[in-house]
Amino acid sequence: MSAEQARRLVVLAAIWIVLLLAPFWMAPLGGYTALATRVLVLGLAAMSVNFLLGFTGVLSFGHAAYFGLGAYGAGLTLKYLALSTPLSLLLGMLLGGVAGAILGALIVRRRGVYFAMVTIAFGQVFYYIAFQWSSLTGGDDGLRGFSRQPLDLGFVRVDILSSANNFYYFVLVCFALAVAVMGFILRSPYGRTMIAIRENERRARFLGIPVERHIWIAFTLSCFFMGFAGALYALVNNFADPRGLHYSQSGDFVMMAVMGGMRNFWGPLLGAAVFVILQDYLSSVTINWMSFVGMLFVLVVLFFPRGLLGVVGGRGRA
Amino acid sequence: MTQLLLFNITNGLIIGAFYVLMALGLSLILNLSNVINFAHGGFLVIGGYIAYTVTPYIGFWGALLVAPPLTAVIGLVVERVLIRPLYGRDPLYSLLLTFGLAFIIEDGTRFIWGAQGKPVTIPEFLAQPLSYELFFITGYRLFMVALVVIVVALLFVLLRYTRMGIRIRAGTLDLETVAALGINIRMLRSLNFAVGIFLAGLSGVLAAGQLGLEPTMGTGLLMPSFIAIIVGGVGSLTGTLLGGLLIGVASGMTAVFFPAASEAVMYVLMAVVLLVRPRGLLGEEGMMT
Repeated sequence: MSAEQARRLVVLAAIWIVLLLAPFWMAPLGGYTALATRVLVLGLAAMSVNFLLGFTGVLSFGHAAYFGLGAYGAGLTLKYLALSTPLSLLLGMLLGGVAGAILGALIVRRRGVYFAMVTIAFGQVFYYIAFQWSSLTGGDDGLRGFSRQPLDLGFVRVDILSSANNFYYFVLVCFALAVAVMGFILRSPYGRTMIAIRENERRARFLGIPVERHIWIAFTLSCFFMGFAGALYALVNNFADPRGLHYSQSGDFVMMAVMGGMRNFWGPLLGAAVFVILQDYLSSVTINWMSFVGMLFVLVVLFFPRGLLGVVGGRGRA
Repeated sequence: MTQLLLFNITNGLIIGAFYVLMALGLSLILNLSNVINFAHGGFLVIGGYIAYTVTPYIGFWGALLVAPPLTAVIGLVVERVLIRPLYGRDPLYSLLLTFGLAFIIEDGTRFIWGAQGKPVTIPEFLAQPLSYELFFITGYRLFMVALVVIVVALLFVLLRYTRMGIRIRAGTLDLETVAALGINIRMLRSLNFAVGIFLAGLSGVLAAGQLGLEPTMGTGLLMPSFIAIIVGGVGSLTGTLLGGLLIGVASGMTAVFFPAASEAVMYVLMAVVLLVRPRGLLGEEGMMT
């Protein structure tokens, strides 16, 4: 085992120890477990955005739509279809992913700023649907009247509704699964191809890589992850909010990824942690928190464009 | 029924005129500097509130003359201080920066002028309907459309026949060559940005006279402007003009038959255009990559 490998193992172990022990160290530091749960879920969303942004080099600014679709998918499943937490997660993920696959096919031929513009505009479609179709989605008030269900594992029933810690660990397991799949994809030949496209699209094309198809696959995969994160988020709040589909939410996700460090696999999680905690704090001390969040955007872009982990020296390893 | 249809088409045209003003400014900045200005709606709001502030002293006409240039000056400062360092970097960064800027502007206007809507008084004679038959055509609406037509015509003359306009168009196609010919492209980008923001400020004043002011009014106009640009074809200002009018009229007409979908129809239009003609109606092939 080389020193490099050992270093990475240590970092990985440290991350998981911090995550596993979160309910124990959050409280003494003035946080609460639900905050850690939110960080995990939004962190997963930011990592899904980064799957596309940081590793394929394609800027989607409309990913909140698939996040929100996941949330509505999970909420509607629990409300109308079946009282099953796993099923709601699955259907939420499918809704986000399938929508992403369909729209992705329309979008992938564009690049750069134009790709960003088209993704924003298409993302807004779902915002308007959620906003207008009040009879199904609850309109402006959001989707209410559902709650996450106890987990039935056959031999034991786990109460994830009233116990914040149980729910945190449930989310952590889901997070671990998603992140493992993501990491696996990035290490596969396909993942290497994604990075090749990011580094030099023209050369990748000359090598015979079907760039459009690969970007479409990456877009679709990231929408599946996004839908999964969104479904989890609906379970966190027992509520689905139309503003979760809005492009300003997409901006927050991209910001988390950039702030943490786009080229780093774990960067977006760190970015999400900083962002969520900062927003939580700011909105409790000032009504002008929007200005402060806005200033954060400006400052990060001007002075820390490579993000927190970029400064330390991440090299885009999965 | 004819009257209702006419009413909504007129409405659509007027809304379309707003989209056009907004989208042309966005398009100018996007084409030359590769910056998606998320704060464009914010500048519209600034223009409106400046008009609101100065109207009591110099009247509506004075405000119409003063507010757009003042907005453009603010835009110049923002470009110089915040956006200029980002040229040549990944467009992601200017996107995030202007996105944050939009937050700051919205919150700032709320802080300074309050969250409640504010009316801007327009001259009495403009507020009257022109005929009882067609009650919805007020002098103000007619004036707005006429002004937008004049401004857009002036813009196209500027771009086609003046030295600066020709440079801007050349820069849109190949900025490097323009720079190599000894033209100061920093200055060109600044001026171009200012022209774009001027248009946003102007639409702010006009919108204020029609709808009153709210800190959030800019965001609602931003998405349709994006769609206008995409439908018309990125890189083509004529396309943007066409796209803005098209989606304005389309959403106006949908409002007659199915009001809930008047917003959605723009997106449907965009999807259809992207399917049939990915580069947009008048976009050029090379422009989309």
